Amino acid sequence: MMELQTLTYFVVGATFALYIGIAIWARASTTGEFYVAGKGIHPVANGMATAADWMSAASFISMAGLIAFKGYDASVYLMGWTGGYVLLAMFLAPYLRKFGKFTVPEFIGERYYSQTARIVAVICLIVASITYVIGQMKGVGVAFGRFLEVDFEIGVMVGMTIVFIYAVLGGMKGITYTQIAQYCVLIFAYTVPAIFISFQLTGVPIPQLGLGSTINDGSGLSMLAKLDQVLVEIGFAEYTAMKGTSLNMILLTLSLMIGTAGLPHVIVRFFTVPKVKDARASAGWALVFIAILYTTAPAVGAMAIYNLIKTVQPGDVGAPTANLKYDERPDWFKNWEKTGLLKYQDKNGDGRIQYYNDKNKAFAAKAEASGWKGNEMVKVDRDIMVLANPEIAKLPNWVIALVAAGGLAAALSTAAGLLLAISSSISHDLLKGVFRPDISEKQELAAGRIAMGGAILVAGYFGMNPPGFAAQVVALAFGLAASSLFPALMMGIFNKRINNTAAVAGMLSGLGTTLVYIFVFKGWLFIPGTNNLPNTPDNWLFGIQPESFGAVGALINFTVAFVVSRVTAPPPEHIQHLVEDIRIPRGAGGASGH
Amino acid sequence: MQPTGSAAEYWKANLRLLGILMAIWFAVSYVFGIMLVDVLNKIHLGGYPLGFWFAQQGSIYTFVILIFVYARQMNKLDLKFDVHED
Repeated sequence: MMELQTLTYFVVGATFALYIGIAIWARASTTGEFYVAGKGIHPVANGMATAADWMSAASFISMAGLIAFKGYDASVYLMGWTGGYVLLAMFLAPYLRKFGKFTVPEFIGERYYSQTARIVAVICLIVASITYVIGQMKGVGVAFGRFLEVDFEIGVMVGMTIVFIYAVLGGMKGITYTQIAQYCVLIFAYTVPAIFISFQLTGVPIPQLGLGSTINDGSGLSMLAKLDQVLVEIGFAEYTAMKGTSLNMILLTLSLMIGTAGLPHVIVRFFTVPKVKDARASAGWALVFIAILYTTAPAVGAMAIYNLIKTVQPGDVGAPTANLKYDERPDWFKNWEKTGLLKYQDKNGDGRIQYYNDKNKAFAAKAEASGWKGNEMVKVDRDIMVLANPEIAKLPNWVIALVAAGGLAAALSTAAGLLLAISSSISHDLLKGVFRPDISEKQELAAGRIAMGGAILVAGYFGMNPPGFAAQVVALAFGLAASSLFPALMMGIFNKRINNTAAVAGMLSGLGTTLVYIFVFKGWLFIPGTNNLPNTPDNWLFGIQPESFGAVGALINFTVAFVVSRVTAPPPEHIQHLVEDIRIPRGAGGASGH
Repeated sequence: MQPTGSAAEYWKANLRLLGILMAIWFAVSYVFGIMLVDVLNKIHLGGYPLGFWFAQQGSIYTFVILIFVYARQMNKLDLKFDVHED
């Protein structure tokens, strides 16, 4: 059997060769191809590419880790990141396809007949997209750190370089075909270990059903009931119980949903289908492909945490030899220690590993009676769970190598899509659209590539100093997209009365309040130590966590725009005609630039 | 100015459909998955407490169905009001 390290290099290398090969084969030569890949993409293919674009390091690497440690409370990510597609399909996709332009700011600029609106949209887009890329970089760093067995920071740098080469080459056309390949790699890599593990634990090979089946350890309990029991035994809350507040769960779900529908790199996907009809179906297909991963993730999370606990605590809680000896720890444990993302400290000097909730006062007596002096797994970065999962479950090496390739596919496909959205907004909207309309296509493409490079550097810096776990950073990006772009887009279609002033005022107030709220608790520009208030529930306004604030920002955006529109003049007649025209499918041509 | 005839009726029919589908969207996620989760968790679906199932499985399946129902119904409306493409 091949060494894990060699095998990983081989599998990752082979998939990369495939992506780069496709990117070169489908290289973009015109600005049109660079931005939207022509019109010939079938809805199912487009749905698959959208799914790859969409499912990022946050979905692949981070989400199941959050589910593992938060249990039921992580449902917000599952519902939020899928329910947004319903909004996207019904409120935006068909209408933006009918409108038929390249970028999101272009729509906002024309609908609100204002260059200011277009520039504000570009700012909103860049802020949300950069925050999102930061989350990807964190994920890439974790994956590379582990598989090259280097420090997390070096992992981020390797990732930055690869993303740069890959995104600059492609453009949308290259990206679309590459992303179809990436979807296949990532979904295979995600479901194969899940099937193995589900079968190991419950005898049911379908993870979605396995999670709801009886665990085969002879206890006769269901998988979830057993997990509740195991967690309570070491002082944690029940897996299936709510730990946060309903209000935060509702607001975070709403922020993620609205944000999903407002993320520019996803929206532009629907500019690429041939017809309005296809835009509707395409959103449905995208969600089918996304749902395959999203309904598997709860099983991955639950089974990963169960296996982790059973590895370090194989015997009964409290028994002196029930905990794993540190010297006998498995290889995956040692390998993750090298990345600095997993740390052990022998607090009671017994040479064994105790993992429990030392913040639970009710459990303290029991811990003390067992001679435990605090939780000894002092750091378990949640983002390692999916990657470590197949190793913890002792799956064959090729499965582990495959997961590495899948995680990288997810992070790279999304980062490339986002960088494209950022670069097109700078080169197409700012430069060509506003400041230098006379530049040639060639210059526009060059400017786009330079913008991409800049965005990667910024994202890389913050990727090394991230304000949270990959999925949480990404949640912030959604809050920003939710509070700024979605309301402006939706009102542009559904309310003819909203004029230029109202839209600009709405976007600025939505984005502004959300940004300030996030920075006050997370640090200005996410720089550690610059936050004004500690990020704890008693400081939050009405107990609303920063990640959840996007929904409030969106509400502010809607309200401000509505009020301002009532006290200012209605939009000119040709704009009202434009809105009426967007609302009906007939007469949709291809996407055009100007 | 208001559009006349079938375009206005088409839009109204569209909004009515949206209203129904959004109500279901809201119910399966926010109501069943979050607000009523404790009540529903008393019922079990196999090994799943029902509220937990809605939050981590059921809502997602419903979302997929909603979009395809929407696409199908809208395509019918397009034909009915004669606003379909080509």
